[in-house]
Amino acid sequence: MATARALLDRPGAFWRVCQVTGYQVFTPVQRLIVFNAVGAVLSLTLGGILALLMALTRWEAVALLPPELYYRFTSAHGVLMLVFWIVFFEIAALLFGGTILINAKLKGVRFAWTYSGLMAVGAVVTTATTLSGHANNMFTAYPPLVNHPMFYVGILLFAVGALCGSCHFVYQVWTARREGVVAGPLPLVVYALLTAAIIAIWTLLHGAVAYVPALLQSLGLITLDPAVYRTLFWGFGHGAQQINLAAMVACWYALAAITTGARPVNEGLSRFAFVLYLVGINMGSMHHLLVDPGIGMHARIINTSYFMYAALLGSLIHAFSIPAALETAQRARGHTRGLFGWLKAGPWKEPGFAALMVSFIGFGFIAGVSGVLMGTMQLNMLIHNTLFVVGHFHATVVLGTTVAFMGLAYYVVPLVMQRDLSFLGLARWQPYVYGGGLLVLIGGLMLAGKLGASRRSWDASYSLAPLQVESLSTPLMTFANTLIGIGAILAVIGGAMFVLIMVATVFLGRRSERPAVGTLGILAGRDGPESDVAIPEFDHDATRFQAPGTTTLVFVFLVWFVAMFAWASVNLARVGWGVG
Amino acid sequence: MSALTAPPRRYLARIGRDERVWLAFAVVWCLFLFAIMYVWQFYGAQRTPIESYRIEPAEFRALTQDYIAEYRIGEVSGVPITVPTEDGEAFLAARAFVFEPVLQLKRGESVRIYLSSYDFQHGMSIQPLNLNFQVLPGYVYVVNLTPTTTGEFGIVCNEYCGLGHHAMSGRIIVTD
Repeated sequence: MATARALLDRPGAFWRVCQVTGYQVFTPVQRLIVFNAVGAVLSLTLGGILALLMALTRWEAVALLPPELYYRFTSAHGVLMLVFWIVFFEIAALLFGGTILINAKLKGVRFAWTYSGLMAVGAVVTTATTLSGHANNMFTAYPPLVNHPMFYVGILLFAVGALCGSCHFVYQVWTARREGVVAGPLPLVVYALLTAAIIAIWTLLHGAVAYVPALLQSLGLITLDPAVYRTLFWGFGHGAQQINLAAMVACWYALAAITTGARPVNEGLSRFAFVLYLVGINMGSMHHLLVDPGIGMHARIINTSYFMYAALLGSLIHAFSIPAALETAQRARGHTRGLFGWLKAGPWKEPGFAALMVSFIGFGFIAGVSGVLMGTMQLNMLIHNTLFVVGHFHATVVLGTTVAFMGLAYYVVPLVMQRDLSFLGLARWQPYVYGGGLLVLIGGLMLAGKLGASRRSWDASYSLAPLQVESLSTPLMTFANTLIGIGAILAVIGGAMFVLIMVATVFLGRRSERPAVGTLGILAGRDGPESDVAIPEFDHDATRFQAPGTTTLVFVFLVWFVAMFAWASVNLARVGWGVG
Repeated sequence: MSALTAPPRRYLARIGRDERVWLAFAVVWCLFLFAIMYVWQFYGAQRTPIESYRIEPAEFRALTQDYIAEYRIGEVSGVPITVPTEDGEAFLAARAFVFEPVLQLKRGESVRIYLSSYDFQHGMSIQPLNLNFQVLPGYVYVVNLTPTTTGEFGIVCNEYCGLGHHAMSGRIIVTD
C-alpha cells in the first residue's frame, strides 16, 4: 500500500486522515454514507413500531389491532425491514467499503447522490402506499392478488437506485485496482462486500423481472401465472437473503478485526468460501417453492441444496475461520489458559464484540441450522408457511444480519461523522437486550409454528372459521403466543436503544478528531488499522491444532446440527400418514 | 494486517490441520444432506408430492362440483362431506374462504387428492399433523395421502388470501 500512497496526489479540502484508523478519507463520501444510514435507521424505527403492534395482535391476551390493520402493517413491516432497512445499510456499507476501506476517491459523487435520492423516493412512495392501506397483500403480493401500482413503482425506483449503488461499488473497486490505488489483493472485508455487490446486481435484475410484470398486472395490462410469478419473485426474494448473508459475514470479519485485532487465519480459504456463495447465486429460491405444484423433483433438490450445499460449505468455512481468527488474536494477547480462556477473556463489554457474538452464535446455531432443516425438501412439508418460517428469518435477518450491521454502525457512524459515540454504556448492553428479546421472540415463533400456527394470519386459532380447528387452541399455543408478545417487546426496547444511540451520536455527539468509539483493538496504522499486538502467522504446517478451542466449538456445533436434523426427521416420520 | 487491510500479494497458504479436519467433516455432512433428500423421496413414507398439472380454475371448479354432487354423503356447517371415488380419488378445492368438500377417508386406504384453487393462492395446512402444501389457481397438485390415524383433522389456510384469510378452514375425517 505504500506505493499506492505515493501515487495519490490528495491535498486539499476533500481529504482527511482518520486519526483512529489511519484510513485516508475522501470527505464527500461521508455525507452519502450518513444519508443512507439515516434512511436505514428511519426504516428500522418505523418497522420496529409496526413490529410491536403486530406482535401485540398475535398475542391473544392483548389482541390489539383489527384484521385489516394487522395485514396492512404486516405488509409494511416486511418491506420496511427486509428491503429498506437492510438495503439502505448495505448501500452505506458499499460506499464505505468502496472508498474509505481502500483509501480511494469516490468517482461520481453526483451519481451517488442521484441513486441514493432515488432509493429514498422509492422507499417513501412504497411506504406511503402501504401504510395508507393500498398494499395489504404483503410485499410478496402473489397473483391474482395485486397491490396498488404505486407500491411497485416505489419498489422499482428503490431497486434501480440500489442496482446503481451496487454497480458503482464494483466500478470503484475496479478503477482503484486499475489505477493502482489498491496495488495488491483487496482487503478481505472489501472482497466480501464485492461478493455481496455481485449477488446484489444479479438479484436486483431478478427483482425487475418479477416486479415489472407485477406492475403491469396491477395496471390491468397483463395477467401473471401464479407459479411463474412465484419462481421469478423468489429469484429476487431469496437472492436478497444471499446479499444479506455475504454482507453479514463481511461485518463479522470487520468486527473481529476492530474489536480484537483479529486477522483471517487463511485468507485464501476465507475468499474461497465467498466464491462458494457465488456458486449458489441463482439457487436457494426453491426453498419457498418446495411444496408447490409445477416443479420437478431434481429441480427442487438441486436448487434447494445450492447444488450439494455449496453455499452451506462456504458458511461452515466461515464458522471456523472467524472464531479461529479471534482465538489466535486472543492467544497472541496472552489469553492462553485452557481451551476457552481466549473466549472468556474476550471484550464482552465492547459493543462490537457483543454484537459479533450475538450475531455469530445466533445465526449459526438457530438461523443456519433451521434454514437447512426447512430447505430439506421433505422436511419442508412440516413448516411451509407456518410461523416457524417467520422464526427462521427473524433469526437470519434480525438476529444475524441486523445485529451485525448495528455492531458495525457503532464504529462507522461515529468515525465517519467525527463525533463521539453517545451513550456508550447503553451500547454495551444493546446487543444483549436486543438479542435476548429476539431469542424469546424466535423461540415463540418456532414453537407456535411447530404446533401448526400459520404465518400472516390475524388469528392463530382460526376461531372465526365455520369449521373449528381445536388443535390450534391449546395452552402450549397460548404460551408460544405469549413468548412472541414478550419477546417482541424486549426486542423493540433493544432496537429503540440502538436508534437512540445513533440519533444522539449523529446530532448530539461531541465533535472530535479522534472520536471515542469504545475500546478498540486496533491502532492507527500508516495506511489503515493495524492490530496493537503482533499476531503470529497461523502455522498451516503445524502437526498440533493451532485453534483447539475453535476446533472443539465447531464440532459442538456439528453435533447440534446433526441432532436437530435427526429430530426433525423423526418428527416427519412420526406424522405416520403416508404422503407422496 | 487484518480483514480490513490488504493481505500480502501471495496470500494463498496450505490448508492447516485444524481446517482440514473441519473441512472433511463439513464436506461429508453437505453431501449427506444432499443425498438424504433422494433417499427419503424413494424409500421414505413421507415424500414431497411432485405430480401436478395445469388446469383452468373454471374447469377445476366444474370437476369438483361434479365430484361433490356424485360422492356427497352429508354436510357440516354448510360444507358438503364426500367420500373418495371407487378408484380412490378425491377433489379438494380452496376458495375464499373455505376448503370444500370435507373429505371422509378410511384409515389405511390411500387417496389421490386433486388439490387446486378457484380464485387466489391458498395454503393447505392439515392439523394437528402440520402437513403443509401450497395451492395455486391454474394448477392441480396431486397429493397422495394414506391416513394411519382416525379422527377429525382440521385444515387451515396458511397463505394470505384476503381479509377473511384467518377464518378459512376445512376438514378431513378419518374413520375405521
